[in-house]
Formats: sequence, structure tokens, C-alpha cells
Amino acid sequence: MTQPTVGPRPSVFKRIMPQLVILAVALALNVAVFPEFFHIDFRNGRLFGNLIDVLNRGAPVALLCIGMTLVIATKGIDLSVGAVMAIAGAVAAATVVDGHSWGTALLAALLAGGLCGLWNGFLVAVLRIQPIVATLVLMVAGRGIAQLVTEGKILTFDNAGLINLGAGTIAGVPTPILIWLALGALVTFGVRRTALGMLIEAIGINERSSRLAGINSRVLLVCVYLVSGLCAALAGVIVAADIKGADANNAGLWLELDAILAVVIGGNSLLGGRFSIVASLLGALIIQSINSVILLSGLPPEFNLVIKALLILGILVIQSPRIGNYIYMLRASGPQPQPDPLVRQRPEKEAAQ
Amino acid sequence: MTNISTSDRPVLHARGISKFFPGTIALDDVELRLMPGEVHALLGENGAGKSTLIKCLTGAYRRDAGVIMLDGTEVEPASTADSQRLGIGTVYQEVNLLPNLTVAENLFLGRQPMRGGFIARKRMNAEARAVLQDYGLEIDPAEPLTAYSVAIQQVIAIARAVEMSGKVLILDEPTASLDHDEVQLLFGVIRKLKKRGLSIVFITHFLDQVFAISDRATILRNGRVIGECVLAEVTQHDVVTMMLGRQLEARVKARDVGVAGKTLVEVEDLGKRGMIAPFSLDIREGEVVGLAGLLGSGRTETANLIFGVVPADQGKIMLRGQEIGVTNPRDAVAHRFALCPEDRKVDGIVGDLSVRDNIILALQARQGWMRPIPRAKVQEIAESYVRALDIRLASLDMPIRLLSGGNQQKALLARWLATNPDFLILDEPTRGIDVGAHAEIIALIEQLRADGMALLVASSELEELVAYSTRVIVLRDRKQVRELAGDEITPDNIINAIATEEVA
Repeated sequence: MTQPTVGPRPSVFKRIMPQLVILAVALALNVAVFPEFFHIDFRNGRLFGNLIDVLNRGAPVALLCIGMTLVIATKGIDLSVGAVMAIAGAVAAATVVDGHSWGTALLAALLAGGLCGLWNGFLVAVLRIQPIVATLVLMVAGRGIAQLVTEGKILTFDNAGLINLGAGTIAGVPTPILIWLALGALVTFGVRRTALGMLIEAIGINERSSRLAGINSRVLLVCVYLVSGLCAALAGVIVAADIKGADANNAGLWLELDAILAVVIGGNSLLGGRFSIVASLLGALIIQSINSVILLSGLPPEFNLVIKALLILGILVIQSPRIGNYIYMLRASGPQPQPDPLVRQRPEKEAAQ
Repeated sequence: MTNISTSDRPVLHARGISKFFPGTIALDDVELRLMPGEVHALLGENGAGKSTLIKCLTGAYRRDAGVIMLDGTEVEPASTADSQRLGIGTVYQEVNLLPNLTVAENLFLGRQPMRGGFIARKRMNAEARAVLQDYGLEIDPAEPLTAYSVAIQQVIAIARAVEMSGKVLILDEPTASLDHDEVQLLFGVIRKLKKRGLSIVFITHFLDQVFAISDRATILRNGRVIGECVLAEVTQHDVVTMMLGRQLEARVKARDVGVAGKTLVEVEDLGKRGMIAPFSLDIREGEVVGLAGLLGSGRTETANLIFGVVPADQGKIMLRGQEIGVTNPRDAVAHRFALCPEDRKVDGIVGDLSVRDNIILALQARQGWMRPIPRAKVQEIAESYVRALDIRLASLDMPIRLLSGGNQQKALLARWLATNPDFLILDEPTRGIDVGAHAEIIALIEQLRADGMALLVASSELEELVAYSTRVIVLRDRKQVRELAGDEITPDNIINAIATEEVA
């Protein structure tokens, strides 16, 4: 307890260990119900296989949970991401239907998502509305906005460039996989190689102290909601491109809950503070692996939601503070530091009493 | 005072208490003997193990070894509720009552007198009034708790603990937020309880109070019992020496306040309606301006207004003759101001971040997120302050909330010193920290002043202000009432200024 020791940086590996274990178990379950699970083919210039499917189908939630992790780290939550997906998909579809290029459509979708993020950020950081209420506004209103954009119908398109974002491949790898990997790496790098990560954590743990230390919490809060909006926009474009149409009612429906779940499975506290984007991404993969197990097991689809709920309940129980303490105590009950016998003699003062 | 002989059987006898936390030994074979009808002080620096010992006795922690005997029978309190049933009541510094309930409801919560399934409110109030009269309180028990001062709430908490438990009363820093008269009120209650034969464990950082009220003391250091003594037979100096394990220089040395340099900060008619009346002050390089006054006199408000925590609605701040706008702490930091706040936990530390990140926080915030301080540099800064301020920690990676109060305070000082401020505001820099850290922080203030920094220090400890202040500004009722300089600065003069009615 006296001298500071210069320990190595707490290893990232140790932080994401529980998620890696759970993911391994989830993948093993896949193999158990479908031995060919890890088999990957290369046909027609594209990788095929169940593992690729998990990575590909998991893309929307993976994208959402990148932004959601940052929002939750500030003690906030963004319920609007599903609706923002619908808006972004609708905007992208409407843009190409108007005859613009896929690049313009992507930019327009990102702009729409960015505006949604700024709106949430304004409500939370400037008006100080509780995040869950502030983002609920757009969660409800967002689908309405998307319907206005699509004029109430499913807006289909056949722009090859845009479709490629959701269904295409680059060097044989489905584009969505590359997009979420790239964005995950970019944001992780962005917050950890700058001071953003630490400042975001500081706000989430104690905003008053952070403000007193000179941190511009308002701007940072707006930023995290902006990032969340942009992530949602990308996810929305991918989903729309995948089905070659924008469905204002169903695109991204309930995905905000999956994204929050991914963040929680990633071991990030909903009370804010320390966060790991990598762990959240693993959480997203865990959720998708569970979806995959249910599909591959061939059980009637009526069981899907119940089984998913049970598996996730199991994961949350394993990660609960009670069980966590128990595991900690098991580990800590190893060799204890022993009292130093040399310093146990009391001063004479007491002996004289 | 001492009709207590150690041959009596102790009411509470804890022997061989040990408690391990992964990586540290919090308590090592600790013994505590509490005689009937005595006030027993439990002394030690922050981190010595006082709180851990109390938590083991009250069942809040499970001890790893040792025996607790209560009235000669071994007890095994499994929870604080359990220990209460056994007869050990505890009152903490932060009053553990429900502010929105009435006094009587607080007193009887969980065991209200009932009639026909309903609370017999009249009877409860009458009983509460009778109980509180025993404690010298003539108050209306039907009023909500918040109608009364912290001191009265403290007495109500004691009454509740005694009525429920009745053998042993543990008072954990009950006087930390009380002023002089309130402490006397509390001491009156303690003396009454003592006469009733109750045994009291008294924990505090104020040695004067220990000697005023306690019969014996057990002194802890680094988780071990260093000594048990009858306080009538030892001096304060002996006790401090035992607590620190080294000879401490006389706590208040001769006043040495140096020579002030150029004027750095001038505040003109700065004020905010409903918070503090407009005030003016100027602070020069190389001087310490002390802010004195009772609790609630406006010390903290003054500091907060200058630092922009709360924006002022009138007046101006000048830095080196130029007017500057300070509307939020970020502005203040940009002008090389720094503020160590009064409430460390709420306004100071970022609990779950590592000590390293906490130290670097203000500097990094000023640099902006685009320019991260390189990791090696962060490490170097953190280590140099840990060494310079003697911050005791196991690792820079540990969350700061795990440090003891004094070490948290030093880490916060490090946070601001790392920004290399010209003007440092300290709000109660020594509150609730142990004697050793206390002396070190006073020495640091003197050192910083000698290095030419301008300091504004708000403190409720007059001797301390007298020791290091070049000038002292006295506040009363959120107004500046007096400025003392040079030889005028004595505790008596400050007290007189606080107590005297305003002339004109």
C-alpha cells in the first residue's frame, strides 16, 4: 500500500475475456446443432458459410452498438436508433429513386442520421431532458418521418451501387461485414487514441466533477448522440440496400433493444463510465450467434423468441454483480498476503498499560 | 472522570479481529475493549482501519478472524440490523435518517406504536417528545426532519440508535459538519448517555474533541493497534505521535507569510442574487488570502462564483488588469485558475476512473481531446505528483474512489497542480482528512505561496488560516464583514469579526 507500481495497461484481452468465452460457447452450440457451421465456401467470387452469415446478418446491430456504447458510457441511452435507421433507409431510397447516384444517397442518409443525432444531443445536453425520454420522442416520431419520406409505401429501387452496400461484396467479403469492422475500428481508434474515451467516461461517472475540471460536457454529449445517429444511418442504408427497398414501418424495428442488449452483454454498465466498444461488438455477435443457433436447430419458429430470451437471461445471470462477486471471491481466496511477523510487536506504551 | 478500572469486564471486547482485502491487510489482529459507561475514542489516520473495524463490529463486513464478545457472550452480527438487535447502534457522519418523514416517524420507523393496524400518531408523537426531552431537545416531533439543523438531526439519530440498541453506541465522525455550539450540544447528549451507563465509541479527526469528551482511546495505524491509553495520562502530542509513528513538528509554526508580489486577480462587485452579496477582493502573486466564516456564511459561494461554477449576475473579474469573462469552469481553467472543491466526492473525484486519469483530467480537458497527452508523459506526471505529495496507493490504475479521503484530496490537488495554475482556490482543503495529510497539505500551501502562486483558501479551521494566510477575509451571512492583515490575524480577531454585529 505504499509505493505506486507502474503496472502495464489493464489488458484489453482481460476486459473482453467473458465475452470471448460466451461467444465461443454460442459458436460451439451452433456447431452442436449444425456440424458444418464453420465450413466456408468460395463460390462466384463470394464467401459463403454460416459463420459469414453471422458476421453479415449481425452488421446492423453491430453498427448500432458502436454508437450506443458511447451514449451509454455517458450515462445516456438512445432509443431512437431503430427509427433513425428507417429514416436513413427512406432518405437513401428516395434519393436514388429521384435519379441521384448511390454516393449522394449515402451522404443524404448520413446527413439525415446526423441531424437526428444532433436533435437528440440538443434535447439531452442543452435542454437537459432525461436521455430515455428525449430519445423516445424520435423513436416514436422517426417512423412517421420515414413514412412521410416514402409517402407511406415500400420504396423500392434498383440502383446497383446502393444495393452493393447491403448485398454486394468486396474481395469476396460481404460489404456489411467490412463496413462494421471498419467503423468499429475507426471509432475505437478515434476514442482511444485521442482523449475522447477518457473524457466520455469521466462525464458518465461524475458529470459535475468533470465540468469542474474544465471538460466541455455539453459538446461531448452532443457528439456521442451524433455518432449514434450516424451509426444508425449506416445500419439503415445497409438494411434498405439488402432488401432493395425502404420499409418505413419495419426497418430496424426493435433493433434499438438488441443494440442496448449487445452493449450490456459487452459488460458495459448502463450507469455509464468505463466502456469497451470491442466488447459491445462481441455482444452483437453473441446475439447473432444465438439467432443462428435457433435457426439452424430446426426448431419450430414459435420457439425462437423464448429460447433467445432464455439464453440471454443466462448470459446476464452469469454477468450479474452477485455471481461476479462470487467468482471474484473464489479467485481472491487464493494465497492471502500474510501479516509481517516482524512488525507485530506493539510499542512499549501499550505494554505498560 | 475515570471510575473505570480495566479489571471490569468490558461491555464489548473484540479480540484478534483481522480483515483481508485482496492485496492488502486492512485489519491485523486488532483488539478493542470497551468498558461500561466510558467514551472510547478510536483514533488513526485515514486508512488506518477505523472504518473497517467498525464495519466488522456492526456486521457490515464479514471479518476473516477474531472474536467479538458482548457482555461476556460471543456474538456474530451478520448484518447491521443484526448488530442493532444485539445492542450495538451506530450513527454516521451523514445522518442516516429519512428527511421527508417527521421526527417522530424517524425515531420510531419500523416499530411505530400501533392501534388497530394503524399508526397511533398521537401516541407516537407524545412518546417521541418524551424520548427527545431526555436528550435535551424541546422540539416538535410532528415536524419533518429537515426543519431542524444537522446537529439536531444527529441527536435524533443518536436517540433512535440508543432506543433501539442500548448497550453500545458507535459515533462515526458525528461532529464533522457541526459548528462549535452544535458540538457542545452533542457532547451534552454524550455525557447524559454516559451517565446512563452506555458505552460509546467515538471516532473523529478533531483531537481537541477527543480530549474533551473521551476517557480512553485505542490508536490504530496501518491496520494494527498501536496503543490503548487513558487520555488523562497522555498529551495530544503523544497521541499524534502514536497515530503518525513519527514525531510531528508543532502543528502551527510561527506565521511566515512571505512577501506578496504583483496583483494577479481583482474581483469587483461580483455577486449573484440570492447566493452572495456583491464582493470585491484582490489577490496578489505569492500570497494566501484566507476566507473565514461559519458554515453557510458564503465561503463556498465565493469560491464557486470566481471559478464560474455558478455564473455571476453582476460585477467583473480582472486578470493582470484585463477584464476576463468567466461564465463556466472551462473559462476559468483557460485563464489558469484552479479550484479544489469542498465536496470531494460530489464535485471532485471521478470515482471509477483510475488515479492516473483523475490526476490528468484537468490538464487533458484544457488541452482538448484532439491533443491527447502521450501515455508516457501521463505516467510521468502522475508519478511525480504521487511522489511529491506522498499519495499512498497500491497502483495508479486503481479507481480513485478506493483511496482514503486524504489521499483523494492530494490526488485532486495533483490534478490542479498539473495544470500549472497561477491562481489556486482551495475550498476546505483539510476537511475530513487525517492529521498527517493535514500537515502535509498546509506545508504544500506554504510551498506554493513561496513559489509565487496566488491562493484563495476557504477553511473553517481558524488556526490553520492564521498559520498560512497573508490576509484573511471574514464572511458572515453571505457578506464580507472584515478584512484582517498582518498581526491582526489571530483566531480571536477572526472570531470577533464573525461574532460582531455589522457596524453602519
